[in-house]
Amino acid sequence: MSEQSTFDKVKAITVEQLSVAPEDVKMESTFIDDLGADSLDIVELIMAFEEEFNTEIPDEVAEKIRTVKDAVELLDKK
Amino acid sequence: MALEGKVALVTGASRGIGRAIALTLAKNGADVAINFAGNVAAAEEVAKEITDMGRKAILVQGSVADFATCQEMVAKVIAELGKVDILVNNAGITRDGLLMRMSSEDWDAVLTTNLKGVFNCTKAVIKPMMKQRSGKIVNMASVVGETGNPGQANYAAAKAGVIGFTKTIAKEIASRGINVNAVAPGFVATDMTKVLPDKVKEAMAAGIPLGRAGDPQDIANAVLFLVSDNAAYITGQVLNVDGGMVM
Repeated sequence: MSEQSTFDKVKAITVEQLSVAPEDVKMESTFIDDLGADSLDIVELIMAFEEEFNTEIPDEVAEKIRTVKDAVELLDKK
Repeated sequence: MALEGKVALVTGASRGIGRAIALTLAKNGADVAINFAGNVAAAEEVAKEITDMGRKAILVQGSVADFATCQEMVAKVIAELGKVDILVNNAGITRDGLLMRMSSEDWDAVLTTNLKGVFNCTKAVIKPMMKQRSGKIVNMASVVGETGNPGQANYAAAKAGVIGFTKTIAKEIASRGINVNAVAPGFVATDMTKVLPDKVKEAMAAGIPLGRAGDPQDIANAVLFLVSDNAAYITGQVLNVDGGMVM
């Protein structure tokens, strides 16, 4: 899977879950500080990523996801 | 009707308070999944009464004490009734005895069914409810969880635990449109209280300002209120339905 398409999927999910503008979701954006997510939003985002990418993200890995790039790189490896 | 188009899962719904809750929710328009542990005949009777009202009813047998079972039950409810809007954590047991005589097994059995069972079922519905951005959860507590009661260290501890759980989850998921409340019955005439000695029952009734034991329907009416839109602005509360026993 190319990085672009993973990014596009992560972006689409992020836009929907956090109700943010697509142009605000950049690789370097942090979910909490830049995109206004709270802890429950993060849990929901991870759940949505797991569903879209048909994978399981263990809690200890999920805790380290801070930026869009973190999510894209993690999901690219899946 | 207040609950038209809603789907409710009621645990421990074959008898007593759970039965009254299941029937009351159905009477007000909800389709109901009836959880029960062992009494198939009683559960089928509740299901028949509900289908006779023109509502859907399904049976989901299993112990709420088992985590995987609860996951399977909720999956079945969603597969057969389409969703789950309302969860009433009602299933409960008693193993009364003074602490001096209470066995470790008595403690574990009551805590596992009455407290962990609430965790298990709530955990199973939380994802679908969060996704649909709505839900109503009502947990059956008890006034003894607030006051204590000799002979019920396990039951009172579990019910106090249910109250703490209710308030915590209410805070965690309020932003997702999910209301979580508890109902604390006082002394209600059911199979569970039938076994109490007459002397104990008389003493309890004497301490109730409204002068009578509660009826399962009294509890069901409170649950109906809390799962309806009339209670949309109420979350994290414990509603005592006890004839004024505890104030």
